[in-house]
Amino acid sequence: MSMSVAISKNSKILALFAISCTAIVGLVNELTKDKIYQQQQKQLLSTLNNIIEADRYNNELTLDCVKVNDIALGSDKEQTVYLARLNSTPVAAAITAVAPKGYNGNIELIVAINVDGSINGVRILDHQETPGLGDKIELAKSNWITSFSGKSLMSNNDSRWAVAKDGGMFDQFTGATITPRAVVSAVKETALYFKENQKSLFTHENDCQLIKQTLVSDDKEKASDDHEN
Amino acid sequence: MTMKINEEFKEIIWQGLWKNNPGLVQLLGLCPLLAVTSTVTNALGLGIATLLVLVCSNATVSAVRQWVPKEVRIPIFVLIIAAFVSCVQLLMNAFTHGLYQSLGIFLPLIVTNCAIIGRAEAYASKNPIKQASFDGLMMGIGFSLVLVTLGTIREVLGQGTLFDGAHLLLGDWALALRVEVFQFDSQFLLAILPPGAFIVMGFLIAAKNVIDDKLAQQQPKPEKQNIERVRVNFDAQ
Repeated sequence: MSMSVAISKNSKILALFAISCTAIVGLVNELTKDKIYQQQQKQLLSTLNNIIEADRYNNELTLDCVKVNDIALGSDKEQTVYLARLNSTPVAAAITAVAPKGYNGNIELIVAINVDGSINGVRILDHQETPGLGDKIELAKSNWITSFSGKSLMSNNDSRWAVAKDGGMFDQFTGATITPRAVVSAVKETALYFKENQKSLFTHENDCQLIKQTLVSDDKEKASDDHEN
Repeated sequence: MTMKINEEFKEIIWQGLWKNNPGLVQLLGLCPLLAVTSTVTNALGLGIATLLVLVCSNATVSAVRQWVPKEVRIPIFVLIIAAFVSCVQLLMNAFTHGLYQSLGIFLPLIVTNCAIIGRAEAYASKNPIKQASFDGLMMGIGFSLVLVTLGTIREVLGQGTLFDGAHLLLGDWALALRVEVFQFDSQFLLAILPPGAFIVMGFLIAAKNVIDDKLAQQQPKPEKQNIERVRVNFDAQ
């Protein structure tokens, strides 16, 4: 008798705490949501300018994009292709992609490819690789990621597109081969995807126009404190 | 009365920073301690985040201690700690985005830091809010000091630098803080990897024991001390 009373009392208290803790986290999430979105957007812009030089295009890069859904880009989630044009002539595209074979889950990256098919730059957007080993894919830790710049695919089965251990032209890290292998393969897949879809991407209807209103106000704030990294 | 309270707070400082230091004596929270301390910047970042969570969770646990039945206290403490870690994570993501990104996975992993639930259980659940928050602060500082010391030694040994990447944590002015102590052709990998952290940690604990022995010898008549250990006893008696 007394035990069941204790059980029901305890579970009520536990439930109460669970609800209030969840409520607090929910509230903080609600309060910080917009700010976090802004921060991510700001980050994206400076990343885009790092891989496609700002003087090579004159359209509004973050507002000229195509949302695509293709398993070639590493996941079944929607990816974004940002299109850089100079006086409406296609110059390059920055494609977000996923490397699904990371050591510790998905590695999200963005690949800038020139219209001639050469890689202009690659950056890692998000990853959970081992600190001190796999995280050398970040530019902050190592300049390995810049080794993609200027490289292009000779054919669909270009064997140079692998880490050195597999006979390719990209170095692996001491103690970490899986991470760079995953990144190299994802960049290769993305380059192949671009090669096949280049025409349709640049003529596709713009998917980023809709949110122009919210972005323009952000851009003005950004203009002054950008161009770092 | 004020004297007594002063003594109490002095004891909390002594316990947190030296005698019962979470890193060196209680050996709690070893996972983040060993994993993130490859540079001073990372160590400092995680130290501050842990400190923040520790103070908040200690205060909250102390504030609700009358309403928490002892049978379900552990899940409730975990809930409170997890909620605070999530909030800190969201706030850091919103307001210090660079720091959030440089800490990466170790920010959410603060939840699993036993030092925090250890203090909630051993101290905060039995003491008033003021003392509990102060204890959280001191334990947090003690933990951060160990993190930073370990980070300093490992960064100098491993990379030959100090404060590498400090701008991610403190803003662009901190770029000037970076010191190149000596130059390597390649990094000393052992110091950067977790085994090196274990070895350095061992030396730190040994050094603390040597200092404690010296201090004990200096006192002419050492009193018989009760060695107080913090036990996190998960069994309800």
